[in-house]
Amino acid sequence: MIAHITLVAIGGFFGAIFRFGMSNWIKSKYPSTFPIATLFVNLIGSFLLGLIIGANLEKSWQLLLGTGFTGAFTTFSTFKLENVQLYEKKNWNVMVLYLSIGYTVGILLAFIGLKIGEVF
Amino acid sequence: MQYLFVGIAGILGASLRYLIGIYFNHWWLYDFPLATFLTNMAGSFILGWITTFVPRLKFLHPYMITAIGTGLIGSFTTFSTFSVETVQLVMNAKWAIAIGYVLLSLWGGLLFSWCGFNLGTSKNEVISK
Repeated sequence: MIAHITLVAIGGFFGAIFRFGMSNWIKSKYPSTFPIATLFVNLIGSFLLGLIIGANLEKSWQLLLGTGFTGAFTTFSTFKLENVQLYEKKNWNVMVLYLSIGYTVGILLAFIGLKIGEVF
Repeated sequence: MQYLFVGIAGILGASLRYLIGIYFNHWWLYDFPLATFLTNMAGSFILGWITTFVPRLKFLHPYMITAIGTGLIGSFTTFSTFSVETVQLVMNAKWAIAIGYVLLSLWGGLLFSWCGFNLGTSKNEVISK
Protein backbone atom coordinates (compact mmCIF):
# COMPACT_ATOMS: atom_id res chain seq x y z
CA MET A 1 0.00 0.00 0.00
CA ILE A 2 2.70 2.50 1.01
CA ALA A 3 4.82 1.39 -1.94
CA HIS A 4 1.86 1.90 -4.28
CA ILE A 5 1.15 5.41 -3.01
CA THR A 6 4.84 6.27 -3.32
CA LEU A 7 4.80 5.29 -6.99
CA VAL A 8 1.68 7.38 -7.64
CA ALA A 9 3.25 10.28 -5.73
CA ILE A 10 6.48 10.20 -7.74
CA GLY A 11 4.50 10.07 -10.98
CA GLY A 12 2.26 12.90 -9.76
CA PHE A 13 5.28 15.06 -8.90
CA PHE A 14 6.72 14.81 -12.40
CA GLY A 15 3.33 14.87 -14.14
CA ALA A 16 2.39 18.19 -12.52
CA ILE A 17 5.81 19.73 -13.22
CA PHE A 18 5.75 18.58 -16.86
CA ARG A 19 2.26 19.98 -17.37
CA PHE A 20 3.22 23.30 -15.78
CA GLY A 21 6.46 23.52 -17.76
CA MET A 22 4.96 22.49 -21.05
CA SER A 23 1.97 24.81 -20.77
CA ASN A 24 4.21 27.76 -19.79
CA TRP A 25 6.40 27.02 -22.78
CA ILE A 26 3.50 26.72 -25.22
CA LYS A 27 1.83 29.87 -23.84
CA SER A 28 5.01 31.91 -24.32
CA LYS A 29 5.78 30.45 -27.73
CA TYR A 30 2.26 30.47 -29.21
CA PRO A 31 0.11 33.00 -27.36
CA SER A 32 -3.56 32.72 -28.39
CA THR A 33 -7.10 32.99 -27.01
CA PHE A 34 -7.55 29.32 -27.81
CA PRO A 35 -6.28 27.31 -24.78
CA ILE A 36 -3.89 25.34 -26.95
CA ALA A 37 -1.53 24.45 -24.05
CA THR A 38 -4.04 22.52 -21.95
CA LEU A 39 -5.54 20.93 -25.06
CA PHE A 40 -2.14 19.69 -26.19
CA VAL A 41 -1.26 18.29 -22.76
CA ASN A 42 -4.62 16.50 -22.45
CA LEU A 43 -4.42 14.97 -25.93
CA ILE A 44 -0.83 13.74 -25.52
CA GLY A 45 -1.68 12.38 -22.06
CA SER A 46 -4.75 10.51 -23.32
CA PHE A 47 -2.65 8.85 -25.99
CA LEU A 48 0.09 7.95 -23.49
CA LEU A 49 -2.35 6.45 -20.99
CA GLY A 50 -3.93 4.45 -23.81
CA LEU A 51 -0.47 3.06 -24.63
CA ILE A 52 0.22 2.20 -20.99
CA ILE A 53 -3.11 0.44 -20.46
CA GLY A 54 -2.97 -1.27 -23.86
CA ALA A 55 0.53 -2.62 -23.25
CA ASN A 56 -0.78 -4.12 -19.99
CA LEU A 57 2.32 -3.15 -18.04
CA GLU A 58 2.94 -4.64 -14.65
CA LYS A 59 1.00 -2.98 -11.81
CA SER A 60 3.83 -0.84 -10.40
CA TRP A 61 4.54 0.68 -13.83
CA GLN A 62 0.85 1.39 -14.31
CA LEU A 63 0.73 3.22 -10.97
CA LEU A 64 3.89 5.23 -11.65
CA LEU A 65 3.27 6.13 -15.30
CA GLY A 66 -0.51 5.79 -15.59
CA THR A 67 -2.22 6.85 -12.36
CA GLY A 68 0.69 9.05 -11.27
CA PHE A 69 2.32 10.63 -14.29
CA THR A 70 -0.32 10.86 -17.03
CA GLY A 71 -3.06 11.29 -14.40
CA ALA A 72 -1.37 14.42 -13.06
CA PHE A 73 -0.01 15.51 -16.45
CA THR A 74 -3.54 15.80 -17.86
CA THR A 75 -6.18 17.87 -16.15
CA PHE A 76 -9.94 18.05 -16.26
CA SER A 77 -10.47 21.02 -13.94
CA THR A 78 -8.36 23.47 -15.97
CA PHE A 79 -10.04 22.29 -19.16
CA LYS A 80 -13.44 23.13 -17.67
CA LEU A 81 -12.33 26.40 -16.12
CA GLU A 82 -10.94 27.60 -19.45
CA ASN A 83 -14.31 26.85 -21.04
CA VAL A 84 -16.10 28.84 -18.35
CA GLN A 85 -13.69 31.74 -18.91
CA LEU A 86 -14.35 31.60 -22.66
CA TYR A 87 -18.07 31.57 -21.89
CA GLU A 88 -17.76 34.61 -19.63
CA LYS A 89 -15.86 36.45 -22.37
CA LYS A 90 -18.55 35.39 -24.88
CA ASN A 91 -16.01 33.58 -27.05
CA TRP A 92 -18.63 31.01 -28.02
CA ASN A 93 -16.92 29.76 -31.17
CA VAL A 94 -13.64 29.11 -29.42
CA MET A 95 -15.48 27.41 -26.54
CA VAL A 96 -17.44 25.05 -28.79
CA LEU A 97 -14.33 24.26 -30.85
CA TYR A 98 -12.28 23.63 -27.71
CA LEU A 99 -14.90 21.29 -26.23
CA SER A 100 -15.40 19.40 -29.51
CA ILE A 101 -11.71 18.86 -30.19
CA GLY A 102 -10.96 18.04 -26.56
CA TYR A 103 -13.54 15.28 -26.28
CA THR A 104 -13.48 13.73 -29.74
CA VAL A 105 -9.73 13.82 -30.37
CA GLY A 106 -8.98 12.95 -26.73
CA ILE A 107 -11.08 9.78 -26.83
CA LEU A 108 -9.83 8.93 -30.33
CA LEU A 109 -6.18 9.26 -29.30
CA ALA A 110 -6.80 7.12 -26.21
CA PHE A 111 -8.25 4.46 -28.53
CA ILE A 112 -5.30 4.64 -30.93
CA GLY A 113 -2.88 4.48 -27.98
CA LEU A 114 -4.66 1.44 -26.60
CA LYS A 115 -4.52 -0.35 -29.96
CA ILE A 116 -0.83 0.44 -30.46
CA GLY A 117 -0.12 -0.59 -26.87
CA GLU A 118 -1.76 -3.98 -27.45
CA VAL A 119 0.79 -4.72 -30.17
CA PHE A 120 3.62 -4.66 -27.62
CA MET B 1 11.29 27.21 -7.22
CA GLN B 2 7.73 27.56 -8.41
CA TYR B 3 8.16 24.26 -10.27
CA LEU B 4 9.06 22.55 -7.01
CA PHE B 5 5.89 23.86 -5.33
CA VAL B 6 3.76 22.70 -8.24
CA GLY B 7 5.43 19.27 -8.10
CA ILE B 8 4.86 18.87 -4.35
CA ALA B 9 1.23 19.90 -4.77
CA GLY B 10 1.03 17.40 -7.64
CA ILE B 11 2.09 14.63 -5.24
CA LEU B 12 -0.84 15.49 -2.97
CA GLY B 13 -3.33 15.75 -5.84
CA ALA B 14 -2.34 12.47 -7.49
CA SER B 15 -2.20 10.55 -4.19
CA LEU B 16 -5.59 11.85 -3.12
CA ARG B 17 -7.10 10.82 -6.47
CA TYR B 18 -5.53 7.37 -6.10
CA LEU B 19 -6.89 6.90 -2.57
CA ILE B 20 -10.39 7.95 -3.61
CA GLY B 21 -10.17 5.42 -6.46
CA ILE B 22 -9.22 2.62 -4.03
CA TYR B 23 -12.02 3.59 -1.67
CA PHE B 24 -14.62 3.49 -4.44
CA ASN B 25 -13.35 0.13 -5.69
CA HIS B 26 -14.44 -1.40 -2.39
CA TRP B 27 -18.12 -0.71 -2.74
CA TRP B 28 -18.92 0.68 -6.19
CA LEU B 29 -19.53 -2.42 -8.28
CA TYR B 30 -21.10 -0.88 -11.38
CA ASP B 31 -19.43 -0.10 -14.71
CA PHE B 32 -19.89 3.65 -14.48
CA PRO B 33 -16.46 5.15 -13.52
CA LEU B 34 -17.83 6.94 -10.47
CA ALA B 35 -14.48 7.65 -8.75
CA THR B 36 -12.98 9.54 -11.71
CA PHE B 37 -16.28 11.28 -12.37
CA LEU B 38 -16.73 12.59 -8.82
CA THR B 39 -13.05 13.55 -8.58
CA ASN B 40 -13.32 15.57 -11.78
CA MET B 41 -16.57 17.26 -10.74
CA ALA B 42 -15.26 18.21 -7.30
CA GLY B 43 -11.99 19.46 -8.79
CA SER B 44 -13.77 21.55 -11.41
CA PHE B 45 -15.85 23.24 -8.74
CA ILE B 46 -12.90 23.89 -6.44
CA LEU B 47 -10.66 25.23 -9.22
CA GLY B 48 -13.39 27.59 -10.42
CA TRP B 49 -13.83 28.88 -6.90
CA ILE B 50 -10.10 29.11 -6.12
CA THR B 51 -9.35 31.03 -9.32
CA THR B 52 -11.79 33.81 -8.57
CA PHE B 53 -11.71 33.88 -4.78
CA VAL B 54 -8.25 33.02 -3.50
CA PRO B 55 -6.22 35.77 -5.29
CA ARG B 56 -8.09 38.21 -3.05
CA LEU B 57 -6.52 36.64 0.01
CA LYS B 58 -3.49 38.89 0.26
CA PHE B 59 -1.59 36.70 2.72
CA LEU B 60 -1.20 33.95 0.09
CA HIS B 61 1.90 34.25 -2.06
CA PRO B 62 1.13 33.95 -5.82
CA TYR B 63 3.38 30.87 -5.89
CA MET B 64 1.06 29.21 -3.40
CA ILE B 65 -1.99 29.99 -5.50
CA THR B 66 -0.35 28.44 -8.57
CA ALA B 67 0.69 25.43 -6.49
CA ILE B 68 -2.87 24.89 -5.21
CA GLY B 69 -4.65 25.53 -8.53
CA THR B 70 -2.25 24.14 -11.13
CA GLY B 71 -0.45 21.63 -8.92
CA LEU B 72 -2.96 20.25 -6.45
CA ILE B 73 -6.31 20.54 -8.24
CA GLY B 74 -4.77 20.14 -11.70
CA SER B 75 -3.25 16.79 -10.71
CA PHE B 76 -6.23 15.72 -8.64
CA THR B 77 -8.46 15.85 -11.72
CA THR B 78 -7.51 13.92 -14.82
CA PHE B 79 -8.46 13.88 -18.46
CA SER B 80 -6.43 10.88 -19.61
CA THR B 81 -8.23 8.44 -17.30
CA PHE B 82 -11.55 9.83 -18.48
CA SER B 83 -10.60 9.22 -22.15
CA VAL B 84 -9.31 5.71 -21.57
CA GLU B 85 -12.29 4.72 -19.41
CA THR B 86 -14.63 5.90 -22.15
CA VAL B 87 -12.74 3.84 -24.75
CA GLN B 88 -12.85 0.78 -22.50
CA LEU B 89 -16.62 1.14 -22.03
CA VAL B 90 -17.06 1.37 -25.80
CA MET B 91 -14.82 -1.64 -26.39
CA ASN B 92 -16.92 -3.63 -23.94
CA ALA B 93 -20.02 -2.55 -25.86
CA LYS B 94 -21.35 -0.62 -22.85
CA TRP B 95 -22.57 2.13 -25.16
CA ALA B 96 -25.19 3.67 -22.92
CA ILE B 97 -22.79 4.02 -20.00
CA ALA B 98 -20.06 5.41 -22.29
CA ILE B 99 -22.36 8.05 -23.76
CA GLY B 100 -23.79 8.88 -20.32
CA TYR B 101 -20.26 9.22 -18.91
CA VAL B 102 -19.16 11.61 -21.68
CA LEU B 103 -22.31 13.75 -21.52
CA LEU B 104 -22.38 13.93 -17.73
CA SER B 105 -18.68 14.84 -17.63
CA LEU B 106 -19.12 17.42 -20.36
CA TRP B 107 -22.12 19.25 -18.89
CA GLY B 108 -21.53 18.43 -15.23
CA GLY B 109 -17.95 19.67 -15.39
CA LEU B 110 -19.01 22.93 -17.03
CA LEU B 111 -21.78 23.41 -14.48
CA PHE B 112 -19.58 22.74 -11.44
CA SER B 113 -16.78 24.90 -12.77
CA TRP B 114 -19.23 27.72 -13.52
CA CYS B 115 -20.80 27.45 -10.04
CA GLY B 116 -17.39 27.60 -8.37
CA PHE B 117 -16.35 30.49 -10.58
CA ASN B 118 -19.46 32.51 -9.73
CA LEU B 119 -19.39 31.63 -6.06
CA GLY B 120 -15.84 33.00 -5.91
CA THR B 121 -16.85 36.14 -7.77
CA SER B 122 -19.78 36.95 -5.49
CA LYS B 123 -17.62 36.43 -2.39
CA ASN B 124 -15.11 38.88 -3.88
CA GLU B 125 -17.72 41.60 -3.99
CA VAL B 126 -18.61 41.10 -0.35
CA ILE B 127 -14.97 41.31 0.68
CA SER B 128 -14.12 44.37 -1.41
CA LYS B 129 -17.05 46.25 0.13
